[in-house]
Amino acid sequence: MLITYLPVLLIVGFVIFMATMVLFVNSLVSPKKPFREKLSPWECGMEPIGNADAGHFKVHFFVIAILFIVFDVETLFLFPWAVVLRDMGLVAFVEMFIFISILAIGLVYAWKKGALEWV
Amino acid sequence: MFELFISNPLVLMMIEVLVICIKVVVVTLVVFSLPLPLTYIERKVAGHIQVRLGPYRVGPHGILQPLADMIKLIFKEDIIPYKADPWLFKIAPIIAMVPAFAVFATIPFGEKVTIPFIDKEVTLYISDMDTGILYVLAIAGLSVYGIILGGWASNSKYALLGGLRSSAQMISYELALSFACIGVVMVVNSLSLVDIVRAQSGWHWNILYQPLGFVIFAIAGLAEINRIPFDLPEDEGTLGAGYHAEYSSMRFAFFMLTEYVAMVSMSVLMVILFFGGWDGPGFLPGIVWFLIKVAFIIYVIIWTRFTYPRYRYDQLMTIGWKILLPLSLLNILITGLVVI
Repeated sequence: MLITYLPVLLIVGFVIFMATMVLFVNSLVSPKKPFREKLSPWECGMEPIGNADAGHFKVHFFVIAILFIVFDVETLFLFPWAVVLRDMGLVAFVEMFIFISILAIGLVYAWKKGALEWV
Repeated sequence: MFELFISNPLVLMMIEVLVICIKVVVVTLVVFSLPLPLTYIERKVAGHIQVRLGPYRVGPHGILQPLADMIKLIFKEDIIPYKADPWLFKIAPIIAMVPAFAVFATIPFGEKVTIPFIDKEVTLYISDMDTGILYVLAIAGLSVYGIILGGWASNSKYALLGGLRSSAQMISYELALSFACIGVVMVVNSLSLVDIVRAQSGWHWNILYQPLGFVIFAIAGLAEINRIPFDLPEDEGTLGAGYHAEYSSMRFAFFMLTEYVAMVSMSVLMVILFFGGWDGPGFLPGIVWFLIKVAFIIYVIIWTRFTYPRYRYDQLMTIGWKILLPLSLLNILITGLVVI
């Protein structure tokens, strides 16, 4: 039934509409007096040095994101499995046990390699 | 003549769509204005915990304070830093806000009620999706885009750090959160939130069958909505204000709105998954029990905020990956053994 997903579209549309209206009212009543110091990025009152979006971030964030993708895909497999587990019984359980073990080995490997240490 | 008109399938369809539209508007407006009482309650609770009075000047017992705050925010200048990417900077708050609301499309607040006068049965949920809980988790996860885009588009070092921290934290704890939900799904055998609540009727609340799952869900949920003791993304001491450091006026308000709506939806989800939804003694209607439970959990979250200090970032990652994730996998295995 596609009609069960219609409200999603409606809510998204309505929230965007309300947000736009609020921003419109805000743009009507708010003062606009920009000058250079006010518009500069906040850096404790100093002149901002360099660009922040040039990609200076700790590579750990990237490793965490990769690990997340592995386990998130596992989650997607687990949801349908959890629904039918009682009907399928032991076979499904053992199969998923093997699947989770393989991923758990991956987690242990990342752990031993120090991907989870944050110093 | 009227009977014939009302039984026409096309007319029935239109009535159904109309009812959905009305529900969408009502739910969205209620959720949109929820932060007003919530900010007041949070500040009042904070005040009394710290032996102060909290807001007291605007209106009796300061009850109009949130309205004053809202008016103030609307009249503030919308500052866009000259280094920022203007388009992304402008739409990031909206990208963060929309998923927080979209979650409510499938949240059930109660069973059917009959509206007096027109004598029509209406369900107290907008739609009962077969994929309910999966949809909620997927949509709630989308909020992280708005946060990381806001942090990056500001082109400010504090905002970028806050955005990165926030996204790493949210994706780390999302895993434990969904694994805890899988435990519930295994007990109930359905993804639909309405079915999950019905399966718990008569005091068979899931917290009794999934105690470990509940603890994991509560901790991961607190981290997911960036509340103390896991509010690292807006660590005032080290990051200024985190990902919304450069935002002002209504765009800042949208980020705050997102946080409060996320807090409400997390409490609602916890009640549905573990506390039996609208199940309760018969002398009050179901929806009242539902709201009482939700209000209590929101109160506990606020209470936590003013009781515990904040974790360090490495501790946060240790808890998420080394404790909660293995524990939640263990929970799934134990539940599986019991269920089959």
